[in-house]
Amino acid sequence: MSGLTVDRGGRRVLENISFALEPGQALLLTGPNGVGKSTLIRSLIGAVHRSEGTVTLAGPGIEEPDDVARHCHYLGHRDAIKTALSVRENLAFWQDFLGRGHGTSVAEALAAVDLADLADLPAAYLSAGQRRRLAIARLVAVGKPIWLLDEPTAALDRQSEARLVALIAEHVARGGSMLAATHLAINLPTARSLRLSPVDHHLEAEW
Amino acid sequence: MVSWRALFIREMRLAVRVGGGALMGVLFFLIVVTVFPFAIGPDLNLLSRIGPAILWIGALLSTLLGLDRLFEADKEDGALDLLVASGHPLELVVVIKTLAHWTTTGLPLVLAAPFFSLFLAMTPASIGATMLTLLVGTPALTFLGVIGSGLTVSLRRGGLLVPILILPFAVPVLIFGVSASNAVAFDPAAFRTPFLLLAAVSLVAAVISPIATAAALRNGLD
Repeated sequence: MSGLTVDRGGRRVLENISFALEPGQALLLTGPNGVGKSTLIRSLIGAVHRSEGTVTLAGPGIEEPDDVARHCHYLGHRDAIKTALSVRENLAFWQDFLGRGHGTSVAEALAAVDLADLADLPAAYLSAGQRRRLAIARLVAVGKPIWLLDEPTAALDRQSEARLVALIAEHVARGGSMLAATHLAINLPTARSLRLSPVDHHLEAEW
Repeated sequence: MVSWRALFIREMRLAVRVGGGALMGVLFFLIVVTVFPFAIGPDLNLLSRIGPAILWIGALLSTLLGLDRLFEADKEDGALDLLVASGHPLELVVVIKTLAHWTTTGLPLVLAAPFFSLFLAMTPASIGATMLTLLVGTPALTFLGVIGSGLTVSLRRGGLLVPILILPFAVPVLIFGVSASNAVAFDPAAFRTPFLLLAAVSLVAAVISPIATAAALRNGLD
């Protein structure tokens, strides 16, 4: 990504941000509230209009370097869960729609977040933490190479947090990449931390 | 192909389950059609003459009123972000969602029309013609309404805005639909022209709507 600039509501939120995300790398995005972490992540998938800057993919098998969203899996503040569908139906739909790639089966993904017992329950009955876990199961069942996570640990208890870290480690070890706006301590050799500075919207690398 | 079938089935499931809008359209249609005979009184000739128009007005209103949640629900729970960023063409996503919506809300109107037309003392020929015009015309109403649904996606309480935005464009559909239905009873030779125009409006709407709606959704995400 190079030279990313985003304006929202007439206000410059991000200015001239550049960084590279390598396969097998985990980037942690930090910074105070309102500094533009979510905006940065959403601009990567095209959900926020980019005023300037380009996002490109490079690597073997990449035919359209601008088609970044296809290779990313976005997990935002909202879980994209339909309360009228069962837990299994919710997950199976996203797997069918987004493509399975190298993802696991629905049953395995539910087991990975400890929701296997609730598979047939309507998602309306899930707690906030369980909804979050279902959204995380989506990451596992839809095997996209780049994970974009926005506060993935919101509403998670400590055990689920540890499970998420393990899933991220597994994803990264297989050559996947991750960019996450989180304050979670992810203890990985390839993890790097980037801090968005509120003063001049700059990006500082923090190793 | 798997993706599109999955999306279609999901939309159908959501429509028929708790909180879905599948039955609401037909119920609203029933309300509109049943109050007319009470208001007009027991003049069977008058009722049978304006019957096709009443059925068409009912279909128009219930189609437009059912569209406000089509994208708003997906926007609220974050699913729209994933649908847009899936790498699939957003226009096709719109087409599939529209087809599923018509199957669950428009098609029931067509199937219910002959039963409701009993309230209106319509002749069998007139009932058949109205069913046929509704079958050809309601997709146009749905496709047009979807544009409004896409435009109002980022507005809270945008529900009533959809009919207001779309009604001017739906008026030709209403005119051709009713005139083709009436032609069967009064002047069979005059059926062909409005019916073909109605079909043309449906086809044009089916082409323009996905493009316009996808553009509206992309802008509305921010």
